[in-house]
Parts: sequence; structure tokens; C-alpha cells
Amino acid sequence: MSVLHIAILSPFLFAIIVPYIYKRLRQIHTGWFVLLLPIILFIYFLQFLPQVKEGEGIVQSVSWIPSLNVDFTAKIDGLGLLFALLITGIGSLVVLYSIYYLSKDQEQLNAFYVYLLLFLGAMLGVVLSDNLIVLYTFWEFTSFSSFFLIGYWHHRERSRYGAQKSMLITVFGGLSLLGGIILLYIMTGTFSIQEMVANTSTIINHPLFLPAMIFILLGAFSKSAQFPFYIWLPDAMEAPTPVSAYLHSATMVKAGIYLVARMTPIFAYDANGYWVWLVGGVGIFTLFWGSFNAIKQTDLKGILAYSTVSQLGLIMSLLGVGAGAVHFGNDNQLFIVATIAAVFHLINHATFKGSLFMVAGIIDHETGTRDIRRLGGLMTIMPVSFTIAFIGTFSMAGIPPFNGFLSKEMFFTGMLRVVKMDIFRFDSIGFLFPVIAWIGSVFTFVYSMILLWKTFGGQVQREKLPKTPHEAPFGMLISPVILASLVVIFGFFPNILSDRIIAPAVETIMPMFAIDEIHISHWHGFQPELYMTIGVIIIGILLYLTLGKWTRIYQLFPNKLTLNQLYDVLLPSLETGSNMFIRTHMTGYIRTYLAYIFTFFIAILSFTMWSKHAFHFESTNLADIGLYEVLLFLAVIIGTVTILASKSRLTSIIALGAVGYAVSLFFVLFRAPDLALTQLVIETISVALFLLCFYFLPRNFHLEKTRFKLTNALISVGVGLVVTLIAISSYSTKLFPSISQYYVDHTYDPAGGENMVNVILVDFRGFDTLFEISVLAIAGLGVYGLIKLRLARRKEG
Amino acid sequence: MRSGDLILQTMSKVVFFIIILFSIHLFFEGHYRPGGGFVGGLMTSGAIILLLLAYDIKTVKKIIPFDFKWLIAVGLFISVVTAGGSLLFNVPFFTHVHDYFNIPLLGKTSLHTAALFDLGVFFVVVGVTLTIIQTIGESE
Repeated sequence: MSVLHIAILSPFLFAIIVPYIYKRLRQIHTGWFVLLLPIILFIYFLQFLPQVKEGEGIVQSVSWIPSLNVDFTAKIDGLGLLFALLITGIGSLVVLYSIYYLSKDQEQLNAFYVYLLLFLGAMLGVVLSDNLIVLYTFWEFTSFSSFFLIGYWHHRERSRYGAQKSMLITVFGGLSLLGGIILLYIMTGTFSIQEMVANTSTIINHPLFLPAMIFILLGAFSKSAQFPFYIWLPDAMEAPTPVSAYLHSATMVKAGIYLVARMTPIFAYDANGYWVWLVGGVGIFTLFWGSFNAIKQTDLKGILAYSTVSQLGLIMSLLGVGAGAVHFGNDNQLFIVATIAAVFHLINHATFKGSLFMVAGIIDHETGTRDIRRLGGLMTIMPVSFTIAFIGTFSMAGIPPFNGFLSKEMFFTGMLRVVKMDIFRFDSIGFLFPVIAWIGSVFTFVYSMILLWKTFGGQVQREKLPKTPHEAPFGMLISPVILASLVVIFGFFPNILSDRIIAPAVETIMPMFAIDEIHISHWHGFQPELYMTIGVIIIGILLYLTLGKWTRIYQLFPNKLTLNQLYDVLLPSLETGSNMFIRTHMTGYIRTYLAYIFTFFIAILSFTMWSKHAFHFESTNLADIGLYEVLLFLAVIIGTVTILASKSRLTSIIALGAVGYAVSLFFVLFRAPDLALTQLVIETISVALFLLCFYFLPRNFHLEKTRFKLTNALISVGVGLVVTLIAISSYSTKLFPSISQYYVDHTYDPAGGENMVNVILVDFRGFDTLFEISVLAIAGLGVYGLIKLRLARRKEG
Repeated sequence: MRSGDLILQTMSKVVFFIIILFSIHLFFEGHYRPGGGFVGGLMTSGAIILLLLAYDIKTVKKIIPFDFKWLIAVGLFISVVTAGGSLLFNVPFFTHVHDYFNIPLLGKTSLHTAALFDLGVFFVVVGVTLTIIQTIGESE
């Protein structure tokens, strides 16, 4: 157990004591105690920066399940450290924000911080685990803790709905990820990511390559809210705003991004370019779809949710396009710019989206609504919030001098270079990438402006607001101010990140290239990217000003055709479908179940007999047939037919007795005196019991004839036929001589008896007898219990 | 309800002992000729059922003044102890022993632990049959 392991597990340990702190120290907001942990962790992770910059990864391993190759191997490299810093850094800010956001007296703070800490630890585990099974364990932990956090206000119906939806979708993805992990294990024999990266050539030539890749991508896409799995994210906005800011903008939704980045060295080498196309294609479409849908939202957090979806798509598409670099070798490092852009935008998005969510929370907190149709004119009332929102939205829209501008510029560069790729048909349809990227950016610009000006511009509609608006308290503003300052700092001095954080992360994603130097510059001459950005701004402004005229196109897409609608219809119809399925075949009639059992009996046995050519008839070991046997056989047949055909039940009982006595005569004939004796007595007793039942039948019971049913007849004939055929075949194929000679030889000499049947019963195989008398005892006591214990009648009386 | 059939009652007094003797015979014969605990037990309960038919439950309870359910327990106990007793002598579960002994009055007799086990079977069978018959007979 190293310090690193303790650091990863510390949130879980701390979560244990949170409820005690909450109980003991009610007068202090629990968040203050919790705040210490992410700050300490953040500082702890900062100290790895120099080491990672030198390219030295830190690997610490603790054995967990060594027999299954599962060890808790913690590994710090560029990518892991970047995420760890994001998680702990934004985690600290979110905890600080939540202290002012959540009321000490009205909220269940212990539950909130326990869930939040579980989530924090799980995220750290995901990004710092080298063993895929451990990663998967933490991955599901994030799903669960996110489920708890979304459903934090569990008395609200929408919260529960959103929590369930996100749970179903992310766990679906998680299980698919597990499938991919297992396939990878089958291919390489290891769960360790480092060792898999070393075995890339085995993986890409393996027939399981494509299934494993698709399974893992399903996991990553569902977690990162890519198309078509993004639908859970807008509904997850029912969570408290600190949670939305943390989980659904900065960290959890980036777990999928992390996974894709982590898996790039394993999957990107494939000569067919599936990875490039899938990741890049899904990402770019999600970018477009998310930004397109964000415009029609009226809820602040709704806009932000769709904007998160779209920005995640942007990062995803950059990762996909960046993976194309591996197919070009060292002479064409141009595509690495896409990966650099992905990492850079990842950081930028965490900063501006976090601050925007916090501002949305502040507006909600201070005005009582998040509906942009009721908001407006808050610019002068809430100047600090406005400034933060201004910085955030302009960065999101990609306007200089903020950091969003830089990453968007690099995004365009990456996308434009796709066209130059002359592999995987990128030269023919690759032009779609920059086109869609540009359209998506225009929409991004438009919704950013909507977000800012509909909230802060225009007139205050005081009569529509539940509360009198005023500026937020100081404490609530600290975190968004810090994040907004980072937006500005990274915007002006992007290169403070490039050497320390971005370069090691890109080296982790693409270990095959030496990243010499990354220089993010504001100005790179009159390049197409610049004209694209200018175009985005001009068209964006025009579109924003004419918003009322063209938003009608959203009405062209009826609500019934959305993916949400599909989910909402699919889930209940699954339920009704399975209900119907159960109701149609589980009728509650024993007759139906017997019909199923016997039909399957016939089907399976006859199919086996047929497919194995098992029928076999041999007359050599058959005995001669005597007269008595024929007579008795006829008697049994007559008795059986009487049972089936008789009109009255009494006749059936008597006929059954006759068959039983005939069977005991068969025992006599076949020289089994013990059996004959027992059969006689038992048959007598059971006939007596039958008669007893008959006597107590209700008076109005019809004495009608058994109704004839063709299915019953067919099934019974089938069963009889199959059993007969099996009996004949098995008798005709005797593979071994009987072991009965042993009993014949030893009945007297060690066992000390002469009646072989009895000796077998009490001596050779007395065990069976012991439990048969136990069965008898249970039956006797059961009859006694059934008759004597009549609780229902006792209650009545 | 007291049955008043004199012939049946008188006859059953005689037949009862014959059946009992036959059942005891079946039981002891078991190891050498057809018979054994199971059939013997059934026969004994048959004899008691005859008494039940000729008289009534109250009378039979007076004649045989114990609960048949105890018989089940005693029978199971005897069987398990017989089977498990072999463990005390460091041989596997269910190892029987037998030998010839000179017993006064009976002379040279074969004694076999299997007979003890069979006795357990006998008791269980008698107990179960009579419990069932009696319970059903008593219920309204």
C-alpha cells in the first residue's frame, strides 16, 4: 500500500467519517471539513508534475486477486495526472461552492458529501488505474454515485426519473465495457493497459479486435453522452447545481473521453481505420446535434447540458482524428495537433463549463428560476455573475482572447487537415468533417449568445421572478471567479500548460511519437482557420439577431421523433411486453404447464434420438413370451382403457386398483415376491384412500365424462411413443454386464442373509432405505399437519 | 359411534392375533425369505386397521394407549443409531455385523444388526400408516 493508493482510496475512507462529523458538529457546515480533502489531494498530485514532465511514469502495485491477474496497479502518467488534477481541483472548487449553495439546515448534507466523496474517489480510481478490472470497478462506482447524486432530491419525481435514466444508460455502457475488457483479456492474457499497449500487434490482428473495440466504445460513448446515448445528460440536470457542474460538465462525462484517449494506442493501429472513423464520426455528429438542440432549450441548465454534449463530441472527434496520425508515421506529425487540441479543449471546457454551471446555480438561487423566458436584465443587478458568464460564454463560443478561442482554432486546424488524409476514404468524404465542425461552431456561438443575453440583457421582469434578484453572496462567487480567471489566464498564457500538462498527456495518448515542443500561438497568420472563425462570428451574430424568424424550423421536428421519446416509449413497452409475454404463457392452469413440459420432453428426446440415430432394436437378448404374460398384459390394457374411457370416477378407481393388482401379479410372475407383497398391500391402501377422496367430493360435482382434447391425446401418445422407443433402444444396446452377480455371490457370505432383496435394502444399500423411511415420516407428519392445522378456519371461528 | 357388529368384532379378536403373528413372522423372516420391515409393518398396521373397523377410534386408543407419531420418531431413531453406531467402531457408516450366539431357550441363533435397522423401518411404517389413517378418520 503506497501513498498513492491511500490517496486514491482516501475519499472512500473519508466518506465513512462524514456522517459522524455531520452528527457531532451540526453548527458548522459539513462541507468545510470535506473541502480539506480535495485540496490536499490536489497539492499532492501537483508534486508529480516535474516527474511526469520528464516522462517518468509512477507505477505502484498492490496485489488484490493475484490468481485472476487482478492487481490494484496505480499508475501516474501524463493523461492520468491531467485528469487527477482536474478532478481534485474542480472538486475543491465545487465543494467550496456547495457550502454556500446548499443550506445547512434544510439539506441532508451528510448524504450529499458521502455521495460526492464516493464519486471523487471513484473518478480518481478510474483515471489512475492501470488494471482494467480495477478501472471497471471504479467506473461502476462513478455510475452509482452519480445515480445517488442525480436523485439527491429524491422526493421529486423528475429527479428519480433522471437518476434512473442515467443509471440504465451508463450501466448498459459499463457492462458493455466489461465485455470489451474480457475480450481484450482473451486476446492478450493480461488486464494491464501498459502490457496491452506493448501487445498492440497481437490485438489488431486478432478476430476479436472489432467486437472488443465496439464494446469499449459503447461504454465510452454512453458515459460521455455521445450520440445516441446523450439523452440521459439533460435529465441529469435535476441534480443540485454543484453536482451538475462537477459530474456533468467537468469530470464524469469525461471518463469516456479518458477511456478513448487511453485506448487509442491499443486500437488506433488497425489498418482499416475503424477507430478513426467511429470515434471521429460519432464525435463530430454529436457536436452538431448537441449544439443544434441546445438552441431550443429554455432552461439554463438545459442549454448547458446540450452544450456539454456538443463540446464532448468536439473533444471526441478530435481524439478520433488525432488517432489518424498513427497511420502516417513520423514524417506527418500534423495530425497530432488534433490530439493536442483535444487535451487543451478538455481543460478549457472544464474551466468555462464549470463556471457557467455555477453561474446558472447562482441565478437559480437568487432569482428562483432558471427559465430564460422569465429572466433578463440581470446585468446591472448581478455584475460579478455577469462578468463570469460573459467570460464563460465567450470562451465557449470561441471568441478571442479567451482560451476557448485557442482550442477552437486548433480544432479547425485538426479538422481541416482531415481532408488531407488520403486514407480510409477521408480524401473523398473527409470534407464533411470541417463543414459539420463549422456549422456546429455557428450553433455553439448562437446558443452561447442566447445564454448570456437572454439572462443578463434586456429588461428585468420582476413580476415573473419568484424572488427579488440580487447579487450572490461572496462565498458563492469564489469558485466561479477562480474558474473564470483560469479561462482568462489560459487564454492569454496558454503555454504555461503546454509543457507541463498537455505535452505529457499527448505523449501518453500517442506514445509512438516524440512530442518535441508544443507552442500554442494566438496568431498564426491569415490561415483558413481564421476565416472560419470570422465566418462563425458573423453568421452567428446574424442568426442570433434573426432568432425569432428561423427557430420555427424546430417545430418541423415533432417531439415524437426524438430519442428521448424513443426511450420513454421503449422502456414502458419493454415492461408491458414482458408482462404480456408472461401473461400469455403463464396461464395459471396446471394443464398448460404440463402441456409445455411434455411437449418439450417429446421434442428434446425425439430430436436427440433422431440426430444421434439412437434407435436400435435387437431381438437376440429377448426372452420368450408365455401365456400368463399375455393374459396379464391384456388385463392391464383393459384396466388402463377402462380408466380412460369410464364415465364415472368410481369405475376409474376400481380399474386403477385392478391394474395395481395385475402389476403385483406380474411381480409374482417375474419372481419378485417381496415386490408382490408390498405392491398388494400398498395398492389396497391407496385404493382405500382414493375412495375416501371420492366420498368427500362436493355434492354438486358433475359426474361427467372426461372431455376429449386432441392436443392432450397427441401429447400423451407422443410421450408414450418416445418412452417406448427409448426403452426398446436402451434394452437393445446393453453396453456392460450387470453388476448383480456381485450381490448373488455376497449375500450370504459377508452379509449374512439369504433374501437378496432385503439384504440389498438394509445392508448393501441401506442408505437409500434410511432416507426412504424419512420420506415416509415426512409424508405422515405432512398429512397430520394438513388436516389438523387449519389456521384459516380457526381465524373465522 | 360404536359399531355393534358382533360377528365382526368377535372374528377380528381372533384374526387380529393371526395377522400380528404373520407380520412378526414376515419381519423376522425378512433376511432369509420374502418379507422384512416394510411388509411386516404394513401387515401390523393392517391388523390395527381391522380393529379400527370393528370397533372405533376411542376403543383402539384405549387398547393401544400411545401416540403413533412417537412410533415414527422412535423408528427413525433406531435406524439412525444402528447405522451410525458403526462409526464408534471405526468402520464406515452403515457397516452391519452378525454372528451366531447361543441363547438360552432359543438355542443357536443368528443375530444381525440389520434386523435392528429393519426394526426401525418397521416402526416408521406402522407409525406413518396409522397416523395417516387415524388423522383422516378423526377429521370431520
